[in-house]
Amino acid sequence: MFNKEFEAMPVNKMKELQLERLKWSIRHAYENNPFYRKKYDDAGFNPDQFKTLDDMRRVPFLTKQDMRGNYPFGLFAVPLSKVVRVHSSSGTTGNATVVGYTKGDVEVFAEVVARCLAAYGATENDVIQVAYGYGLFTGGLGLHYGAEKLGALTVPISGGNTERQLMLIKDFGTTMIACTPSYMLNIADYIEKKRPDYDIRKTKLKAGILGAEPWSEAMRGEIESRLGIQAYDIYGLSEVIGPGVSCECQEKAGLHVHEDHFYVEIIDPDTGEVLPEGEKGEIVYTTITKEAFPGIRYRSRDITRLYREPCKCGRTLVRMEKVTGRSDDMLIIRGVNVFPSQIETVLMEAEGTEPHYQIIVDRKGALDDIEVKVEVNEKLFSDELKVLDGLKRRIEDRMRSVLGISAKITLVEPLTIARSEGKAVRVVDKRKI
Amino acid sequence: MNVTQLSVFMENKPGHLQGVLKILAEAGINIITLTIAETSDFGILRMVVNKPDGGYEALKEKGYTASLTDVLAIEIDDTPGSLLKAIDTFSRRKLNIEYMYAFTEKRGDRAVMLFRFEDIELAKKALNEEGYSIVKKIDIIGE
Repeated sequence: MFNKEFEAMPVNKMKELQLERLKWSIRHAYENNPFYRKKYDDAGFNPDQFKTLDDMRRVPFLTKQDMRGNYPFGLFAVPLSKVVRVHSSSGTTGNATVVGYTKGDVEVFAEVVARCLAAYGATENDVIQVAYGYGLFTGGLGLHYGAEKLGALTVPISGGNTERQLMLIKDFGTTMIACTPSYMLNIADYIEKKRPDYDIRKTKLKAGILGAEPWSEAMRGEIESRLGIQAYDIYGLSEVIGPGVSCECQEKAGLHVHEDHFYVEIIDPDTGEVLPEGEKGEIVYTTITKEAFPGIRYRSRDITRLYREPCKCGRTLVRMEKVTGRSDDMLIIRGVNVFPSQIETVLMEAEGTEPHYQIIVDRKGALDDIEVKVEVNEKLFSDELKVLDGLKRRIEDRMRSVLGISAKITLVEPLTIARSEGKAVRVVDKRKI
Repeated sequence: MNVTQLSVFMENKPGHLQGVLKILAEAGINIITLTIAETSDFGILRMVVNKPDGGYEALKEKGYTASLTDVLAIEIDDTPGSLLKAIDTFSRRKLNIEYMYAFTEKRGDRAVMLFRFEDIELAKKALNEEGYSIVKKIDIIGE
């Protein structure tokens, strides 16, 4: 364990620590951020009312909408001079969420990631290849500083360029690679199709640190058997801190939440009521040590379950099940968050009309594939092929520049998209997650 | 003098052309000539029919996306090089052709071709000046 004092802290002691830190965090948000103050005043909540963990249910929720509404720095609770880094969630430019970190926050971020790496068995003797994208996305820099904190040899290769990934795995003796699970499978496909001479089992690669998108046990089995490595889940949200909110250990039996930094609750997504431990619902996060960007009762929309049965690894931290569903319609496509409403906006903007459309997400080989079917109505139609072709290309270009995804646009006949009770079925997710 | 062309959007899948033709048959629409422009997933069926408005309404009623556009039917000598000569003329007069197709039957000893020009009015003026004979709608659809 990287930090046994906290990772194996007796549960009662952890709850005391959480209560103390929660009191600080809620007061910090209320006193240092006008948005929180107004929200709490309007809801008739005062930090003085927060005395026990049970009082959490009185604290108003923070939503993705609140974050977007306060773009870019409206939810910061420290002066900008104290903020040393920003990250931003994926999504359309106008809808992005900007998160800030103080020096202390950056330190905590590295610490929780280092704990995750240690939980997968990494030490300073490992060579960790960070194949997440470096940039505004929290994945690259998050894993990078965590790996350095652990003392491992950190290879900041960033995403893509599979040929070079393979070369460095071999030449540097990489023992662990951090990337999305779909990219991991993409590497397996690449080796099979283009580099049959490359024997990954003869390299030192022993584990994949995989996250940033939902993935199933079936996918784990496929990655492990095709590449001969251990596949571990790392979970996080940029709104909370980034990767490292929770991680699996070598038992692969749920993800340990770093409770000394993040307080978690499960609620009924419809009523907002807190559910008893062990029940499935939406997981809600509260940061309890974060300075620049406190997230108090952030509704993640991720569906999971929490449980406290002791883990063989010795960690006492509460465990969450692998997240496989959401309580809203957000899609995660190749690690990019996409809401159907954003696709609708693109279609509207591209053509000035609202055509019927349907989003079909599938996993072809290893990568997510997105197709948008658009019904051709009279306003869109032309007897000239070049006009229809131009329409397709215009929508594709806009999807790429606004949403950051390459979608295949298929023009279809009117009334061919299935409608249920008159309303078009907007999303068909064929991926088996 | 323009000929009204009926165009329909169709997916490039088995059975789709059949569906469109069935609607036209049931509405008593006679197809005089047609062409299909296709891509891998969709196509545009363009037709000259005896009752374009009737065809358009019938297709629309069944949920198809259709449109009516004006094209020009031009008589061209049925001899080697005549089409080339016509195209040369269009080129010289800077008339851009979007697409073209032909009638299966001759008018007397001349062939009739359909042209969709970028600017139909400009094309008509130029073709008249160049001495081309533009076939009237009535001579084609028989009404």
